[in-house]
Amino acid sequence: MAEALRPARPPVGVSGADERRSGALPTTRDRRRYVVLVGALAVAAVLVAAAMVGWDNPMPVGSEGFWRIAELRVTSLVVVVVVAFCQALGTVAFQTVTANRILTPSIMGFEALYRLVQTAAVSVLGVAGLALVQGVGQYVLQVVLMVAFAGLLYGWLFTGRLANLHVMLLVGIVLGGGMGALASYLQRLLSPTEFDLLTARLIGSVANADATYLGVAVPLAAAAGGVLWWRARDLDVLALGRDVAVGLGVDHRRRSLVVLLLVSVLMAVSTSLVGPMTFFGFLTAMIAYQVTGTYGHRQVLPVAWLVGVVVLGGAYVVLKHVFYAAGSVGVLVEVVGGTFFLVHLLRKGRL
Amino acid sequence: MITLSSVTKRYASDVAIGPVDLEVPAGGITALIGPNGAGKSTLLTIVGRLLGMDAGAVEIAGLDVARTRSADLARVVAVLRQENHLVTRLTVRQLVGFGRFPHSRGRLTAHDEEVVSRSVDFLDLGALEGRYLDELSGGQRQRAYVAMVLAQDTEVVLLDEPLNNLDMAHSVQMMQLLRRMTTELGRTVVVVLHDVNFAGHYADHVVALKDGLVRYTGTPAEVIRAEVLTDVFDTPVDVVDGPRGRLAVYY
Repeated sequence: MAEALRPARPPVGVSGADERRSGALPTTRDRRRYVVLVGALAVAAVLVAAAMVGWDNPMPVGSEGFWRIAELRVTSLVVVVVVAFCQALGTVAFQTVTANRILTPSIMGFEALYRLVQTAAVSVLGVAGLALVQGVGQYVLQVVLMVAFAGLLYGWLFTGRLANLHVMLLVGIVLGGGMGALASYLQRLLSPTEFDLLTARLIGSVANADATYLGVAVPLAAAAGGVLWWRARDLDVLALGRDVAVGLGVDHRRRSLVVLLLVSVLMAVSTSLVGPMTFFGFLTAMIAYQVTGTYGHRQVLPVAWLVGVVVLGGAYVVLKHVFYAAGSVGVLVEVVGGTFFLVHLLRKGRL
Repeated sequence: MITLSSVTKRYASDVAIGPVDLEVPAGGITALIGPNGAGKSTLLTIVGRLLGMDAGAVEIAGLDVARTRSADLARVVAVLRQENHLVTRLTVRQLVGFGRFPHSRGRLTAHDEEVVSRSVDFLDLGALEGRYLDELSGGQRQRAYVAMVLAQDTEVVLLDEPLNNLDMAHSVQMMQLLRRMTTELGRTVVVVLHDVNFAGHYADHVVALKDGLVRYTGTPAEVIRAEVLTDVFDTPVDVVDGPRGRLAVYY
């Protein structure tokens, strides 16, 4: 029936025929700018990676000892790359499905659940409990627990009579608050030694990660992120809101549910690996949207990942070599992220 | 073109829509009119499968709305709600480009771009196509959404109160555009209208609803009559012969 459309009138105010394009990056200038942006971020990410591995290596460059130390540090690098991937993709997708650019999936109770599990282990089993919640089996268990929690919550709220996104968010926040309160209560009953050891686990830290977890974390993250990438164009349509998405033939409820489950896998992988990172995902998503200036998820997702690697890796390098406190990367990211959030909100007045 | 059989939607024990049986013919503009709460928009959103029904069936061009895949329906029927809040920042052309999603799943071909260009030009948005939607006036934004629906290239187009928030000039312009969509492009347009005079002047068929039921259907000459409108709207309405056709007067 397209042929029935009248022949186009001479375009008004349009310079060249090839400029009349739609899509996420409509003009040649947009496309060139995007390529430069990704290139610059990739270079920055490689520099950060090189700094993580090579900075302050006591052995002479190229010697056997140098490479041995570098090899140890590569683990931290891989953790940074995986966490950035999970948090960045998870947050961008979550914001799209919830049609909200202020939210982060952390508020859905993932972090509170992590806190509760860790705290409960220590308070029931003492310091030995911390050792018990470590190990590949336990890691998998924790991921499964978080995904199951999210699956129940989303599944129940999305298929039940109360099929409403805001109700779901509210229930997630309330449950998260409840679990967080329970964890705080249990923490008050701990001895100072136990509490000290627990605190180290509850601040997001690259040092928390155990290299043996990566064998599970990497495939899981890659699978979940891969599906998000593959269906990224559906995300573009979901971002237009339910009515428009359904009108364009996207099964909004099913798509949203699938995306939320993928997000929960990503968040569970990341949180179980390094602990809570409340603002990190938000920070990467916001910067990615700001610098790409497009709605296209195919464009925003990789940029968010690269931004995440630069920010998290950068924070790690700065803390480790400037402040000698590599353990508390989460603190720096939260402080910088929180500040950035406030400045951004106050300057723009909108998100 | 569109067949509704015993379509029912229940909200509470005393608030219900239907059962509605209705036949919307192919081609032309069909206007749904009626007082607030009569169920015009609800009926339109049910036909456009944005809202489920409790009983009954809707068929569009032979496809059962409840059973056909949403993606397949999107190539037969396009639907536009009254209010569309976007989180995404889009230019006019990018929005119109989304109209091609049912056909190309987001990978726009040269043919898609051509259809987008023609839709943009059809709604006279050529000069504005690079502007962001939040930089436009309400009337321009409304036209951009209609252009998206047009680019979807469907036989049936459902519009929920497209004249909402438009001034006199823009309302007339919009109705003339819809008219051209039916005459030049052969689309079937179903539209919810508040102003009975717009319905009387531009529609080919008028459906009057009240209390969730279809009360009158017919040509404008059959429905835009004093006793019909007085009954439907529960307010005294006179119909007089104006210089450009019959006018309902109720002020």
